Amino acid sequence: MMPFEYEQAQDPAGAVATVTGRPGAAFLAGGTNLVDHLKLGIAGPDLLVDVSRLPLDAVEPTPDGGVRIGTNVRNSDLAAHPLVREQYPVLTQALLAGASGQLRNAATTGGNLLQRTRCVYFQDVTTPCNKREPGAGCSAIDGYNRYHAVLGASEHCVAVHPSDMAVAMTALGADVVVLGAAGERTVPLIDLHRLPGDSPGRDTILEHGELITAVQLPPLPMARRSTYHKVRDRASYAFALVSVAAALDLDGDTVRDVRIALGGVAHKPWRASRAEEMLRGATAGEEAFVAAAEAELEAARTLSENGFKVPMARNTMVAVLRRLAGITGDAS
Amino acid sequence: MDADITLRVDGSARSCTVDTRTTLLDALRERLGVQSPKKGCDHGQCGACTVLLDGRRIVSCLVLAVAQDGAEVTTAQGLAGPEGLHPMQSAFVDHDGFQCGYCTPGQICSAVGMLDEVKAGHPSHVTEDLTGDPELTDEEIRERMSGNLCRCGAYVNIVAAIREAASS
Amino acid sequence: MTDQLSLASIGEPLARLDGAAKVQGLAPYAFEQPVDDPVYLHPVQATVAKGRVTSIDTERAQALEGVVAVLTHENAPRLADTSDRELAVLQSDEVAFRGQLVGAVLAETSEIARHAASLVRVTYDEQPHDVLLSSDSDRFYTPDKVNPSFPTDTDDGDVEAALASAQVRVDATYTTPTEHNNPMEPHTSIAIWDPHGEHTLTLYDSTQGVHSVRKALAPVLGLDKSDVRVVSPYVGGGFGSKGTPHAHNVLVALAAQRSEGRPAKLALTRQQMFALAGYRTPTIQHVRLGADDQGRLTAIAHDVDEQTATIKEFAEQTAVATRMMYAAPNRRTSHRLAALDVPVPSWMRAPGETPGMFGPEVAMDELAEACGLDPIELRVRNDPDRHPGDGKPWSSRRLVDCLREGATRFGWVDRRPPGKRREGEWLVGVGVASSTYPGMAIPGSEALVRFEGGRYTVAIGAADIGTGTWTTLTQIAADALGCPTEAVNLQIGDTNLPTASVEGGSSGMSSWGSTVVAAARAFREEHGTDPAEGDQTQAGMPKNPDADTFAIHSFGAQFAEVRVHAYTGEIRASRMLGVFSAGRIINPSTARSQFIGGMTMGLSMALHEQSVRDPRFGHIVNHDFAEYHIATNADVMDMEATWLDESDPHANPMGSRGIGEIGIVGAAAAVANAAYNATGVRVRDLPITADRFVAALPPTPG
Repeated sequence: MMPFEYEQAQDPAGAVATVTGRPGAAFLAGGTNLVDHLKLGIAGPDLLVDVSRLPLDAVEPTPDGGVRIGTNVRNSDLAAHPLVREQYPVLTQALLAGASGQLRNAATTGGNLLQRTRCVYFQDVTTPCNKREPGAGCSAIDGYNRYHAVLGASEHCVAVHPSDMAVAMTALGADVVVLGAAGERTVPLIDLHRLPGDSPGRDTILEHGELITAVQLPPLPMARRSTYHKVRDRASYAFALVSVAAALDLDGDTVRDVRIALGGVAHKPWRASRAEEMLRGATAGEEAFVAAAEAELEAARTLSENGFKVPMARNTMVAVLRRLAGITGDAS
Repeated sequence: MDADITLRVDGSARSCTVDTRTTLLDALRERLGVQSPKKGCDHGQCGACTVLLDGRRIVSCLVLAVAQDGAEVTTAQGLAGPEGLHPMQSAFVDHDGFQCGYCTPGQICSAVGMLDEVKAGHPSHVTEDLTGDPELTDEEIRERMSGNLCRCGAYVNIVAAIREAASS
Repeated sequence: MTDQLSLASIGEPLARLDGAAKVQGLAPYAFEQPVDDPVYLHPVQATVAKGRVTSIDTERAQALEGVVAVLTHENAPRLADTSDRELAVLQSDEVAFRGQLVGAVLAETSEIARHAASLVRVTYDEQPHDVLLSSDSDRFYTPDKVNPSFPTDTDDGDVEAALASAQVRVDATYTTPTEHNNPMEPHTSIAIWDPHGEHTLTLYDSTQGVHSVRKALAPVLGLDKSDVRVVSPYVGGGFGSKGTPHAHNVLVALAAQRSEGRPAKLALTRQQMFALAGYRTPTIQHVRLGADDQGRLTAIAHDVDEQTATIKEFAEQTAVATRMMYAAPNRRTSHRLAALDVPVPSWMRAPGETPGMFGPEVAMDELAEACGLDPIELRVRNDPDRHPGDGKPWSSRRLVDCLREGATRFGWVDRRPPGKRREGEWLVGVGVASSTYPGMAIPGSEALVRFEGGRYTVAIGAADIGTGTWTTLTQIAADALGCPTEAVNLQIGDTNLPTASVEGGSSGMSSWGSTVVAAARAFREEHGTDPAEGDQTQAGMPKNPDADTFAIHSFGAQFAEVRVHAYTGEIRASRMLGVFSAGRIINPSTARSQFIGGMTMGLSMALHEQSVRDPRFGHIVNHDFAEYHIATNADVMDMEATWLDESDPHANPMGSRGIGEIGIVGAAAAVANAAYNATGVRVRDLPITADRFVAALPPTPG
């Protein structure tokens, strides 16, 4: 761990100015990912600007019927908030599927969005990784890639984004409020994270010094019927192999509207737009769900050890949609 | 780079000089001699270092000490009072909720923090009805305690201990 | 027959005597021993799997404020004996596996030591390496023996002919992966080097045996045993990895010679443990069973491929349990070792039996199905009345009782054909497997009994790694002395106490218990029931007259109920029951914990654990608790262990046989067999993860 200076931010604009003006500076919030990375030698800032005590910790209804979440709202508090539990159960479920009680008490909303991949080669400074060191090569493509991407990957990087919360927020169509040196901007969450392309070192579109200050959830009455299913290698406290966040609005047995996002399959939370399109207006049922899921996964490209993710993602989508549609009993 | 901080640890004000890189866990163990929280993984992946920070359970290995100047820290050592063990600790002894004992202080701090979360109505991953107050079933205890690994495999007894402590 | 104790405290569920200290975190583990003015050690590890160090640039590390010393093979103190190459730390430029120690930094704080270690630049002459165990490896050889001293191969009758003529056959290959012990307390040591003190080296260590550490390290360091003191009163788990000293023990002793008398503190990081603290070898097991149409075995063949390191042989006795488990006139077992460019494999809970009972116990399930027999009935029909290998009588063999008792308790009668039980989104099945572990005692321990202050001090350099020694050995001592447990002051975990065998092979309580009983009896003989202050007697473990005439083994039946999600393939062990025959149970509370703990580790082995060694780099890439999964609390649902009420007078004066390991044996096979019963998908390779099922599950369109 390299030595660094530490200072507590007095206000958001000051924090942004400080980090913007110093290439080696970084924001510190809950620390659950950054402190981990300091120890692993993945991150080596020379200054940490602690934003965790800035008063950006409110969960508030917005005039349009949505909810605004301050960046410093802890994951556990967000999951437990009555507005979220009632209006966006998928978000509560996704948050509670992530990490552990202790980590959720420390991790913040903005920090959760900006957590970095769990690719074992990214986390090990003794192995080549294009994300850590552009041009070094990707060790995962021909290595241990059981957890890696099947959608949207590139020849330079096959890492996946590890957040559960972000998958639910992506399904909900959230926006991210970002403060930069030039002022505030609002970015659709679906555009916050990048696909790796030929610059896998960049996880997001944020510029150095930009600070997430809030996440805004749009009003979405259909989200009252929403759920999150995370498939993982143990029952708790593990990252997703595949996860599905979905909300379903039925008119009789016709799909009026649907929202689906996938986790564990790509470098970013994956909005299943193609499946959504196919399902809107379709008759809810196993057949339509399978067809939509398969259409979404048509573009999947698998590696040596992650081929199972395609049937797993398909089946998980189907299982979640069946549940939301109230279908029980055996598939036939 | 060094910094002077003061923590309130198990009820006493404790001052020390830390490196900005020093975690709360290392500040407690190596600077202040408070060795009740344990280092099992140092990366937030096992829960052995769990303490209550300003009343909430967290893993102290991923918290920088310098950022906690003035904070209130309770370890398993501090949960025991002059009259003896905390009811959660007694329940762990009675139910043999540990073997080697290394994860145990973290389990106990986690369990105490967890019960407060339940009291506050916080749901968990296995809570069916998100709108109501959660009921503390064994399944709920298991899920809520999954951030504390136990390699000896005392989970069955840990759940029994927490069940008893919660009902008393 | 050993002279049996009369019981008073033994059999009582006495709460752990170290419990109050442990629940407060006040029981001092090795790294927590109070020492003055310590320095901190952080290792530098090789980043190639094979080759030579050509240069080490320590300049930037040395220049850092707070760095006390940087050790490399060029400047480290010389060792007196480098014949154990795992312990020949920093003695040459040779690199034999990735992660090997090639240097270390001593500094004023752990933060500085870690930072400085990252600044050490090592260059290598890298040579081609091979770290992958596969059945077509060109690294195979046949060892002279397998651990600890069993014949490598056995061949009785004509297995090939019997298989060829068998009415029913199973012929399949089963694999178990590399697994790491991962005790919660990392491997830690504090070393104090004082050539003018009572002991040249004082080592606070996290170990399963202070005396065995001293015995191994003293000659390496060129010291007399009496110059070394090892202290280890509390140990945060070991499961075998702390059964023998590893390289870090030598490193910290070398470093302490460079710290001018200041204590050197070393805690391996979790990641470092994956290269430096031992692991269970992966195994490839070819199992062939032949039977008649009544399910009577005519042939058993168990051929094992496994790995060792180039620098030191470790030959896991994987097929040894097969030699005694079931009766068949034609039996063959074999072991081949591939010497790879990897760290040395080592002991991990029930070495031999744990991997070695996976293949055969799944094969038995397959055979039962092929014969149209209930898997319990198949095992009953093949239960041998004597040890099939050497013909010795069993001291006790109650496998069938365990199976039948378990079947009743578990509700085995409700078992359905594979893939026929569904509850909501879950496919449900049950499975069974046998378990066994030898009843062992290791000779050589001594115990001292001294009467002082109205109590009996009972001193023996034994270990408590969570097994409950502080409590159960106190109970044994109390009964041996005929006094209440409160009158016993047990002392363990220090080489200043009489010599004791290592905590391993589930032998601790048998060995130390027999020793304490002998010392107590000798004390009473010498000093009577009304001793004077300061009276003392020391005695050693007597030879068990029955050890050579009886086959002494414990047995058990493992039952599992498994749920597999019908869509996603997620798998859970929703119910597990173990019924064990392990002789007298000293303390039902701590014993149940041992059994359940073993079963939990078995569940973890079945569903979660796998160390992934990258063949290109040579190291384990999932080297932390986020990526190397062990069971969490949520994974252990309804689990219970019970035992037959019995005593084995042939084993030792307590009638006990050791319980630390049998709980893990067979558990993974029971889970695998239950997973098959749930889904109809037979998984022969551990761990059993969701991806094994998902492609075979609905929905299939059309």
